[in-house]
Amino acid sequence: MIKFNQVYKRYPGGHEALKNLSFDVAEGDMVYLTGHSGAGKSTLLKLIAAIERPTSGTVLVKGQNIRSIKPAAIPHLRRNIGLIFQDHKLLFDRNAFDNVVLPLQICGFDHREAAKRVRAALDKVGLLDREKAYPIALSGGEQQRLCIARAIVNRPTMLLADEPTGNLDSEYSNEIMNIFKSFHQVGVTLLISTHDECILRQYPARALHLKRGELLV
Amino acid sequence: MRFLIEHLRVLHHTLRHLLLTPNASLLNILIIGIALSLPVGGYVLLKSVQSLGSQIAGTPQISVFLTTGTSDSEIGRIGEKLKQHAAIKRIEFVSRELALKKLQQTTGLSDMIDGLSQNPLPDAFVIYPKENNVASLEVLRDELKTWQHLEHVQLDSAWVQKLQALLNFGRMAVAILATLLSFALIAITFNTIRLQILTRREEIEVAKLIGATDAFIRRPFLYFGLIQGLLGGIAAWLLVAGSLQLLNYQVSTLTQLYASSFSLQRLSLGDSMTLLGFSAYLGWMGAWFSVSQHLWRIEPR
Repeated sequence: MIKFNQVYKRYPGGHEALKNLSFDVAEGDMVYLTGHSGAGKSTLLKLIAAIERPTSGTVLVKGQNIRSIKPAAIPHLRRNIGLIFQDHKLLFDRNAFDNVVLPLQICGFDHREAAKRVRAALDKVGLLDREKAYPIALSGGEQQRLCIARAIVNRPTMLLADEPTGNLDSEYSNEIMNIFKSFHQVGVTLLISTHDECILRQYPARALHLKRGELLV
Repeated sequence: MRFLIEHLRVLHHTLRHLLLTPNASLLNILIIGIALSLPVGGYVLLKSVQSLGSQIAGTPQISVFLTTGTSDSEIGRIGEKLKQHAAIKRIEFVSRELALKKLQQTTGLSDMIDGLSQNPLPDAFVIYPKENNVASLEVLRDELKTWQHLEHVQLDSAWVQKLQALLNFGRMAVAILATLLSFALIAITFNTIRLQILTRREEIEVAKLIGATDAFIRRPFLYFGLIQGLLGGIAAWLLVAGSLQLLNYQVSTLTQLYASSFSLQRLSLGDSMTLLGFSAYLGWMGAWFSVSQHLWRIEPR
C-alpha cells in the first residue's frame, strides 16, 4: 500500500525534514507515527498525499511513484486517501452537511446518492443530528469528527490522520480512536501520527518512531 | 448525465453567489453594461444614418434639367447624345409629370403641390456615370454644362459620398471604442475573479486536498465570468433599447415637422444575440485569464 525507500526530504534553505526513510505499510495495517513536534511526522504524511514530493528516494502509494507523479494524476490519488488534519480544515461558510458532501461533489455523485452517503458518514461519527450546524457552533471534538466524516464519506481504502487528537481531552480522544478502530476492523489502512502516549498504550498497534527526520528502530 | 448534473450544480452555485453579494454584482453588471452600450449605441446610430443615406441615393448620379419648353424631338436628340457619351453608363428620362408625381409621393409636400395651378418642374435626365469618383463626375458635369437646352446640371450625390466617408470614420471610431471597451470588460472580470479567488483561497485549498481536479476548481469561476458578462450584455441591451425608445420619441416629433418617416433603427434580433454572445464570451475569457494567472499559486501546504 505504502512503500518508502531511502527517502530524503530537504526544504529550500537546507533544512532536512526526513533522512533515509525506508518502511512498508501493508493493506489493512494500522500504524502509528510518533515523535516530537518537528520530527517530520507531518512531512511524511504530506509525501503520501502528494502534497510534497521527496527530494530523493521513492515513495510508492498504491503503486504510484510520488516523486514522478503527474499533476493531473494527483487528484485521483487523493480521492482514494482520506485526509484528517489537526486543524480540521473545515469550511466555515457552510454547514456540516455541505462540508461532508464536498468530496462527493468533486467525484460527481448524484445528489440523492450523495445525501445518503453523507448521512451515513455523519452517523458513523455521531453527528447525524448536527448536519445543519455550522462548524463554528461545533466543539473541538465535534469539528474533528466532522473532519473524519468528510475523510471517509468517499469510502477511501486509506486514512491519514495528522495529530487527530492533538487538541482534545482524553474523553474526546477515546471517541475518535474508537472510530478509527472500527475502520481498521473493516480493512481500511490507517496511518495516524500522534505524540499522545495514552493512546499508544490504550490502542496498541505497530508504531514508527521518528526523531529529527530519522526512523528509530 | 453526471456531467450535466455537475454543470447545473455549478450554475446554481454561481447564481447564488451573485445574489449573495447583490450590490457588488449589480455594480459590476452596470459597469459592463455601460461600457458595452457605448459602442453598441454608436453602431445602431450609424446603421440608421447609413440606411437614411442609401434610401435617398445609392450610387452617385448627375441630374440634368432641361430648359422649359424644349421640344420632344430636341429631348430625343439630347437623349441619344447622352447615351453615346463614353463616360455614361446609362440614363433615365424623367418627364416633368413623373417628377411631380414622385415628389408628391416621397417628400410629403403633397398638400402644397396640390395647391399648385401648373407643374413648375422641368423635364430631366438622370445620368448614371461609369466612374463614381468625385473628380471624373465633376469633369462630366462641367462638360454637360456647355451643352444647349440644358438649364441646370447637378451633381446629386457628392454629398452621399461625403456621408459615406463620414460613416466610415464613424465606423472606425465605433470599432476602436468597441475594442477598447472589450478589453475593459475583460479587465473588470479579471479583477473580480482575482478577488474571488483570494477570498476563497481556503476553499480552493481544501478542495485540492480532497481530490478536486483543476477543471472542477476552475469551473465556478469561469461560470461566474460568463454569467456576469451575459448579464452585463443584457444591461447594455436594455440601456441601448431604452435610449433608442427615448430618442425615437424625440425624432418622431422632429420628423413629423419635415413630413418624413425616418426613425432610429432598433437592435435587430441578430445584433442582440451577437451582443449577448460576445459579452458572455468576453466575461468567460476574463475569468479564464484570471484563473490561469492565480489558481496555480494556491497549493495546499
